[in-house]
Amino acid sequence: MRAKIPQRAASERIKNFLEVALGFSKEQAEKEAARCLQCKNPPCVKGCPVGIDIPGFIKLIKEGKRREALEKIKEKNNLAAVCGRVCPQEDQCEVACILNKKGIPINIGALERYAADYELEHRTPQAAARARKSTKVAVVGSGPAGLTCAADLAKMGYSVTLFESLHIPGGVLVYGIPEFRLPKQIVSNEVQYIKSLGVEVKTNSLIGVTLTIEDLFKDGYKAVFVATGAGLPGFLGIPGESLNRVYSANEFLTRVNLMKAYKFPEYATPINIGKDVAVIGGGNVALDCARVSLRLGSKVTLVYRRSEKEMPGRFEEIEHAKEEGVIFKFLTQPVKILGDEKGFVKGLGCIKMELGEPDDSGRRRPVPVKDSNFFFDVDTVIVAVGQSPNPLLPKATANLKTGKKGTIEVDENFMTSIPGVFAGGDIITGADTVISAMGAGKKAATSIQNYLGDVST
Amino acid sequence: MHKIIEKKELAKDITRMVFEAPLIARKAEAGQFVVLIIDEKGERIPLTIADFDREKGTITLIFQKVGYTTRKLGMLNAGDLISDLLGPLGHPTEAKKIGTVVTIGGGAGIAEVYPVARVFKKCGNRVIGIIGSRSKDLLILENEMRGVCDELFITTDDGSSGRKGFVIDVLKELFTVIEKSAHTEFPALVYCIGPVPMMKAVADFTRDFGVKTIANLNPVMVDATGMCGSCRCTVGGKTVFGCVDGPEFDAHQVDFVELGKRTKLFCNQEKTINEKLTE
Repeated sequence: MRAKIPQRAASERIKNFLEVALGFSKEQAEKEAARCLQCKNPPCVKGCPVGIDIPGFIKLIKEGKRREALEKIKEKNNLAAVCGRVCPQEDQCEVACILNKKGIPINIGALERYAADYELEHRTPQAAARARKSTKVAVVGSGPAGLTCAADLAKMGYSVTLFESLHIPGGVLVYGIPEFRLPKQIVSNEVQYIKSLGVEVKTNSLIGVTLTIEDLFKDGYKAVFVATGAGLPGFLGIPGESLNRVYSANEFLTRVNLMKAYKFPEYATPINIGKDVAVIGGGNVALDCARVSLRLGSKVTLVYRRSEKEMPGRFEEIEHAKEEGVIFKFLTQPVKILGDEKGFVKGLGCIKMELGEPDDSGRRRPVPVKDSNFFFDVDTVIVAVGQSPNPLLPKATANLKTGKKGTIEVDENFMTSIPGVFAGGDIITGADTVISAMGAGKKAATSIQNYLGDVST
Repeated sequence: MHKIIEKKELAKDITRMVFEAPLIARKAEAGQFVVLIIDEKGERIPLTIADFDREKGTITLIFQKVGYTTRKLGMLNAGDLISDLLGPLGHPTEAKKIGTVVTIGGGAGIAEVYPVARVFKKCGNRVIGIIGSRSKDLLILENEMRGVCDELFITTDDGSSGRKGFVIDVLKELFTVIEKSAHTEFPALVYCIGPVPMMKAVADFTRDFGVKTIANLNPVMVDATGMCGSCRCTVGGKTVFGCVDGPEFDAHQVDFVELGKRTKLFCNQEKTINEKLTE
């Protein structure tokens, strides 16, 4: 039997922001680790975007060597405690696991988390001091791609400065993913670890504004890695989107997660949420918004234009949302948000959809059902229909080539149209997962090392 | 951390503070703003950069103590530290020689219009200033404005300083005089910054004359880097973000009614937290 990770009861967890998944005990972890077949040619490793030696660390857990297991993970992954929690293992390592043929893959995510949490329970992570090269590299953006690239470059011995526009480092890990999925203490520990590798973190530094890429080169940086993410919120373009209590997912989550509006007025940032919330979208961000709204005491309806099967959100998160009481309205497309005379939301106008032929994404395209318009009462609308690359830095940087959807164009080595300027993560792909951004950060670090080798000779 | 270098009370509830912020001072231009956080539990608030000194590496902020954060900020003193400053944000004022420019500031907006008037003057324009407040004890920067304006008009709601009435009354009179005169021309630009109803009144008035008018908007913001959309406004029927697309917009195109409603989103929450400060 595959071991499931213990969880807080749904009835308890909707009352607070405490972490939902609780983690394996020693016995559970070692028992699950013992199920691993230790494949000679492990398919799980190929499924991992950063190539962690998965059987290697699992073997160490089985032998009771938890700290060594973590060290094994950290050879490839600087953010183990984060990945153990938010990676879609079911689409990556676990889907590739040989035991998945029988439907009982190893619970790799929970084991990674078990190894990583050793540090939380025992000490603040600290890396051994190492020799510094004088070569300076700038990393722009402290989300998963930036943190990974900065850590790897520091391990290679470069002098790394990590620039972050917000006042707290972590990017989407701190502003986007809620506390109950990823406690902020964990992100802060990971950042602490990266600092201990010698990375200097500068917050409140909006590159393109406070300093330009040109300024960075003038200040002596020999290479720049741009990992500014997909920070531009998408809206639906329907009437009523500027009404009060219509939020982009980014605004809603930033207020609650980064600024801790759920602790208002102890924390000064407010959120104005009603009793009846509609969240629009079907991805993990929409699910996060729905579950945050529940915890703020509202009734929540998630409105998605396709059916449950096409939802891009993780199965686990959809299940969590159902357990907690989120109501799902599938095959429903919002067409209009209605407001009262003071400019506040009072309802949502929708049309019913049905599934037609598959579209570019391979999912069946939703098409409107004629004369199926209807309204329902809501007083808050959260729009979670995707994010695009943040245009600020590309706009402020002459000669930086961008693609159709605002992504920065890079070559096979993650180098942009400007020599010495590299980019990776959501800014080159559009919104994607934490781990694929980390994979890009990792590969870019190696490319930067090669580039600097070339440059110095 | 940023140190408060200087503090001065300019008027009742209006304070001027100079902050150590060398990187921001290096890039700051008229029309831009910063985001400020007082401490770990603080909110992010946008404040217009009233002045900057590149050599000393300082910026000056002038704020009215109306909200929770501005009141709390006003309790700090020279030598104290605030946790965060981000900037300079937004597009700078596009200042060049265009002729006559009327710059209008209302209330704490006077602090924000001052650097704009100054930069237009510096480019060689004839600058007319109109500044207004509720009463004399709330009026700020009169001397500074006089220093950069060719003509300065003052209004107060109660008539305790300058003429009794509103800034829009002066603007209307100016336009009437110009209309009747054969020799003077309408200003090339009217620039206004202040409460939403004031900016709306200015825009509604100048629209009929076809005089180019810019409003410097003050919507609610969070990150102020284009990430959240909290500051979205409708300009010319299109959604724009005050933080990265602005803060200056063609006033004739701005939906001020919507902006006015959106700035009231957190009224109840403001009351709650303000009570906390009074306790």
